[in-house]
Amino acid sequence: MPQLTIKDLSLGYENGAILSHLSFEVNAGDYLAIVGENGSGKSTLMKTLLGLLKPLAGEISFGDSLRKNEIGYLPQQTLVQRDFPASVTEVVLSGCLSNGAFHPFYNKADKARAAANMARMGITELKDRSYRELSGGQQQRVLLARALCATEKILLLDEPVSGLDPKVTMEMYDLIKQLNDEGVTIIMISHDIAAAVRYADHILHLGEKIFFGTVEDYKKSEFGEFFLAKEETV
Amino acid sequence: MILGASKLAIYLQYPFVQYALIVGVLIALCSSLLGVTLVLKRFSFIGDGLSHVAFGAMSVAAVVGLTNQMLIVLPVTIVCAVLLLRTGSKARLQGDASVAIISVTALAVGYLLMNVFPTSSNVSADVCGTLFGSSSILNLSMAEVWVSIVLSVVTVAVFVVFYNRIFAVTFDENFAKATGVKTDIYNLIIAVIIAVVIVLAMNLVGSLLISALVIFPALSAMRVFKSFLSVTVCSTVLSVSTALIGILASVLLSTPVGPTIVAGEAIVFIAFWIIGAVKGVKKA
Ligand SMILES: Nc1ncnc2c1ncn2[C@@H]1O[C@H](COP(=O)(O)OP(=O)(O)OP(=O)(O)O)[C@@H](O)[C@H]1O
Ligand SMILES: [Mg+2]
Repeated sequence: MPQLTIKDLSLGYENGAILSHLSFEVNAGDYLAIVGENGSGKSTLMKTLLGLLKPLAGEISFGDSLRKNEIGYLPQQTLVQRDFPASVTEVVLSGCLSNGAFHPFYNKADKARAAANMARMGITELKDRSYRELSGGQQQRVLLARALCATEKILLLDEPVSGLDPKVTMEMYDLIKQLNDEGVTIIMISHDIAAAVRYADHILHLGEKIFFGTVEDYKKSEFGEFFLAKEETV
Repeated sequence: MILGASKLAIYLQYPFVQYALIVGVLIALCSSLLGVTLVLKRFSFIGDGLSHVAFGAMSVAAVVGLTNQMLIVLPVTIVCAVLLLRTGSKARLQGDASVAIISVTALAVGYLLMNVFPTSSNVSADVCGTLFGSSSILNLSMAEVWVSIVLSVVTVAVFVVFYNRIFAVTFDENFAKATGVKTDIYNLIIAVIIAVVIVLAMNLVGSLLISALVIFPALSAMRVFKSFLSVTVCSTVLSVSTALIGILASVLLSTPVGPTIVAGEAIVFIAFWIIGAVKGVKKA
């Protein structure tokens, strides 16, 4: 049974649908890259999957023992303000709030999970630093660690490498791939089709025409031929 | 100095000074708790707005002739706080603009009512007292002291229990919501706490100066400290100690309580601003 089944989904805001009749499936352990032009509705789709926006029509169902709130999320731009006082540990720990019954405070297990995920993201030395004083790449790692505290099953990443330099971008992609190899399902929005094709195993292309399928099929399709041909000539 | 100390010792024997200190410290404690959240959510002026609402409600209560004004002031202020904080996140009207609109409207209506249906001979003194903090903190009744104690204890308890959630909702509301934190409930809790704090604080500093009490300690603490916990703790400590010193100073120097405290807050802010700047320079 797929982890996530999207059937005939229409999404958008009050002023009308941006995408309609979207259907696809995500299985446990998949790495799905969502590509498409600016404004094609990638972030909107992600917000709908997360339950931040109500679908206009269609349905999203969760299977494979995935509960609705067991999704980790890395937002496109964090709306966090420049002067927000928060230590790295505080930010990462806040990912633990989703788990189970109401506890007013973090317990030992929460703290252990936060520490483990910081180690996994290589940010243990930063744990007492102020979040706002970190570089863009370091901040992304902190937010990834927070997302991993919320779930080990599925991560939704909205342009995780935007604003990062080429070296850090590579590191970020490798890190995400490594998580995927460890069994975390990844749904990632990216503008970098070459990277999407290299790392992902499925592609969802949004735009005038919609493509959903494996990377192999994508490369053979008209979209793939167009974009990848362009890549090669560069 | 010695004269001052002995004078203080005498004053401290009076119940009215003791009451003022107890209530003042409690109000300072509560009002500083949410300062960080409000500054970061761009609601620095909600204190102003809500206190004007409370002022409007108070004049309605006075005109109607209610003896227990809290009965009308507290619910009205809570409702406005909920509405303001909710519209702030989504509506077309910007948070600060809607605060401004509600605030001036409530102020105007309140003043109008007080003028059209005067309940005492000296309306403008009443108004002035409500706005700048009358001396009412210096003549509290036992009942008022108890009300303040109970409300503050509840406020602090609620804040502590929901502290981690309040952090999450302030830091990144979307993430919190996506991972199953009931953000609507916590936003509601934040709004209710603020309303209660504002109504309490009106006694101490009056409606015009409430923003200072809510915002100053948080801003000062944010100059120097970097984590949410340390900023929260520091701003409570600052707020409580400034209130304590301010009340004592105003008793000794016979200055008005509210402005004395706010002047103290301003001095502390400048000091922390300098400390923050020096620290920043050293690091660089
Ligand atoms: N809050 C909103 N209310 C109404 N319309 C919106 C809102 N947010 C986005 N839109 C519109 O929805 C469309 C899709 O936006 P979305 O953010 O999903 O695009 P995107 O594919 O993520 O683009 P990008 O690559 O720039 O991030 C755009 O036309 C945008 O103008
Ligand atoms: Mg986007």
